[in-house]
Amino acid sequence: MFQKYANPTRFLKLANAILPWVAGLTVILIATGLYFAFAASPPDYQQGQTVRIMYVHVPSAWMAMFAYAFIVLASAVGLIWKHPVAHVSALAAAPIGACFTLICLTTGSLWGKPMWGTWWVWDARLTSVLVLFFLYLGFIALANAFDDAARGEKASAILALIGGVNLPIIKFSVDWWNTLHQPASVTKLGMPAVHSSMLIPLLLMAVGFTTLFFTLVIIRSRAELASRRINALRAARIHAEAGGG
Amino acid sequence: MTRKRRRLMIVVLGGLVLATAAALVLTAFEDNIVFFHSPTDIATNKELSIDRRLRVGGLVKPETWKKAPDGLTHNFAVTDMTHEVKVAYKGIMPDLFREGQGVVVEGRLLPDGSFRADEVLAKHDENYMPPEVAEALRKSGKWKGGADK
Repeated sequence: MFQKYANPTRFLKLANAILPWVAGLTVILIATGLYFAFAASPPDYQQGQTVRIMYVHVPSAWMAMFAYAFIVLASAVGLIWKHPVAHVSALAAAPIGACFTLICLTTGSLWGKPMWGTWWVWDARLTSVLVLFFLYLGFIALANAFDDAARGEKASAILALIGGVNLPIIKFSVDWWNTLHQPASVTKLGMPAVHSSMLIPLLLMAVGFTTLFFTLVIIRSRAELASRRINALRAARIHAEAGGG
Repeated sequence: MTRKRRRLMIVVLGGLVLATAAALVLTAFEDNIVFFHSPTDIATNKELSIDRRLRVGGLVKPETWKKAPDGLTHNFAVTDMTHEVKVAYKGIMPDLFREGQGVVVEGRLLPDGSFRADEVLAKHDENYMPPEVAEALRKSGKWKGGADK
């Protein structure tokens, strides 16, 4: 079913049709999400106003993992079925995922100081997310390390697949080991976990961050495909001129 | 077997091998990955002995927190409901520190079995709610959570 979107022209047609919708949705969701997060949601019973960091921290953490899962999937499709758009979208997603990871680490640190009493500890959750950040940087560096773009794509795709092992470690680190970071709230069954007055803005922000991710991936993939096309056209012209002369 | 199928097999098999390797490594290093030990670990495990920096985590036992007049010297007990460790700490407490709260203390075990902490970190639980809801839940007896800020 995705076979036909492996063709860059068809992919671009679909991407251009989706783009205004995801972009519009992003603006609406993040605007309402931020309004609820900063103005229309209650302070926490223990943390007071500091809890508002959650509305940025938690969605960024989810997106940091979601973007990496997206890269793993795209890299696998690119390696196995050789779809040309797969590698392009993986490369497009990498800097976006790295940014979400950095936002997650920074806001987490700012949250950790007032609540836990420390900016940073080497517990399993924090360390595995830092490893995720380095995986993103390694992926971007490796993809750009070769003169031959195709070799860079292949090498970075393999790195992405290997790094995929880190995703379940991040997710379950808080259950498998003693950590300073508390266990998951939203996927926890039963009460109290997160009260609905806080859960709704959190989910608004999370969906908004997801549409933001897709908006940026589409824009970046489109730019990458356009730049490859320019390179191909230029090469063809040089070839033709050399042949004609 | 087509080339696509062969590549798929390589990726799947590689993934399985990698996952197994990761699981073995993480199991082997479990003692180093845990961020803190429980008071029961301290009481039962001889290897966590004196003269080694370690972290102990648990709840601040209610009615054990004593603050000296200088406002900096604190004494309290950390419990996991089976064993407890007496902790002495000199310094500023994090905001969330209170009796019944989860904490992680870092420092050394003294020969008399008490613990001298040079750092106290507060743990918070995975529950988030407005103060009124916490109050109502506690009143109805459905939940016995930590104290308000």
